[in-house]
Amino acid sequence: MQRPYLKIDHVSRSFQRGSTSTEVLKDVTLTIDKGEYVSIIGHSGCGKSTLLNMIAGLLPVSTGAILLEDREVNAPGPDRAVVFQNHSLLPWLTVYDNVKLAVDKVFSGARSKAERHDWTMHNLDLVQMSHARDRRPSEISGGMKQRVGIARALCMEPKVLLLDEPFGALDALTRAHLQDSVMQIHASLGNTVIMITHDVDEAVLLSDRIVMLSNGPSAVVGEVLDVDLARPRKRLDLVANPQYIRARESVLRFLYERHRFVEAA
Amino acid sequence: MSLTVLKPDLQPSAPAPAPKAPAVVVKLPTPPSPFMARLAPMLRSLATNVVPPLVMTLALLLVWQILCGKPGATLPSPLTVWTEANDLITQPFFNMGSQDIGLGWRVMVSLQRVMIGFGLAAVVGVLMGCLIGQSVWAMRGLDPIFQVLRTVPPLAWLPISLAAFRDSSPSAIFVIFITSIWPIIINTAVGIRNIPQDYRNVAAVLRLNAFEFFIRIMIPSAAPYIFTGLRIGIGLAWLAIVAAEMLTGGVGIGFFIWDAWNSSRLPDIVVALLYIGLVGFILDRIVGALGNLATRGTAAS
Repeated sequence: MQRPYLKIDHVSRSFQRGSTSTEVLKDVTLTIDKGEYVSIIGHSGCGKSTLLNMIAGLLPVSTGAILLEDREVNAPGPDRAVVFQNHSLLPWLTVYDNVKLAVDKVFSGARSKAERHDWTMHNLDLVQMSHARDRRPSEISGGMKQRVGIARALCMEPKVLLLDEPFGALDALTRAHLQDSVMQIHASLGNTVIMITHDVDEAVLLSDRIVMLSNGPSAVVGEVLDVDLARPRKRLDLVANPQYIRARESVLRFLYERHRFVEAA
Repeated sequence: MSLTVLKPDLQPSAPAPAPKAPAVVVKLPTPPSPFMARLAPMLRSLATNVVPPLVMTLALLLVWQILCGKPGATLPSPLTVWTEANDLITQPFFNMGSQDIGLGWRVMVSLQRVMIGFGLAAVVGVLMGCLIGQSVWAMRGLDPIFQVLRTVPPLAWLPISLAAFRDSSPSAIFVIFITSIWPIIINTAVGIRNIPQDYRNVAAVLRLNAFEFFIRIMIPSAAPYIFTGLRIGIGLAWLAIVAAEMLTGGVGIGFFIWDAWNSSRLPDIVVALLYIGLVGFILDRIVGALGNLATRGTAAS
């Protein structure tokens, strides 16, 4: 039997605060294949970000294990690049230098100076940001910052690309643009992507599989939905697609019927 | 009633300005004199920035003259200072022997001491601040000690440093160092503690090592705080130099004041005070400007 690419094996996570301990995630098991685009969706506070941070290695798991290509994940590293929700670009570096920092760090021994420059520019081209290479993060728009954040993650050639609500802080039009960009990049590079989102349309449009988490505390994987829509997907064509509508409906049903967010009511 | 009368009056007068219009068009090319156009706002800002301090200075001088101008006054009036310490005011850089030199030279000697002491304090202070900001254990251990030591007045360090170094020059430098280091340490530590978790996450994903993290993340991120500390530090250093030199002797501006007091040259002291104030002001502005230069873009995220 073929070994899974990324395996999240009975992972639980609890946070200690004084003498009380709250379990955020309970017994989460998932396997993700190479090249797959998986979304994790759930109400806020259900532990989506905790799960992503554990895959990134930024948080240790309490019990269970995360295996990437049969190797246990226990520290952050460039093979699991993260696109952070609030872009997290370093404000004192230009767009170019932000990406170059990652390129220099990851390929310091393997590539020459000229190759590293070309690779930086290539990744900026990929997200259509090479025109703003000399600007600082404070001088570009939110969508552009997120593009640079994606370029910074892509340039590390990660085994898994982790997107933490990458479009959450953007307006609807910019978000649609960036979703299209991410789809294109995924189609051409074939990355394995795990994306946290709370947007149902976004999840259905982009993913091969949608993992729905139940409400916390002690959130579990409630349901996993396969999205069998052919790629490349076109936003406008999908609006009337019965498969799309069905997928969308089942996610909505999960979120609003079976796991209604109590505090929001 | 009156409205109906007015209406026919307006009607014929409306087309009247029309023939005058061409004359106005010809006159238009006069304003575009780019030099004058740029000079006018400059002059205006100069007037708003320079005139008020100038007026206030003159007013203060006038009050001072009235208070100290009458016979029997204990302090010299501005006019006395001008006539008796004229050489010090007009010639800052004369040199007539080892102890008879212009105030400019004396300030230079003092500045050199400050630069050495403050330079050491800046390097050590930033490193210590990084340590305290980064390590909880170091903070718990060192913070109480620093909080006590920083309240010790500069002059109280002097006997100890004289005993330790057995020479006046390194003692003066040590006093400057120990006076100016505390705000640098404390501000740097606060800056390091305030590095957003996002930047730490970025560093973790990139696997930056400790040195890279220090250079690429810690220093730039804490730079605004560090420069605030440096700015307070240079002010304190300049305060301390005068006090230290009064006791250790030598050629500096602080010793000059002490010397002038011993030989009852009050007007000279007044001039020296002015020099000290101006140099302190300039030092503060230089560090402030360096800070602005170094933290461009860092404040906004």
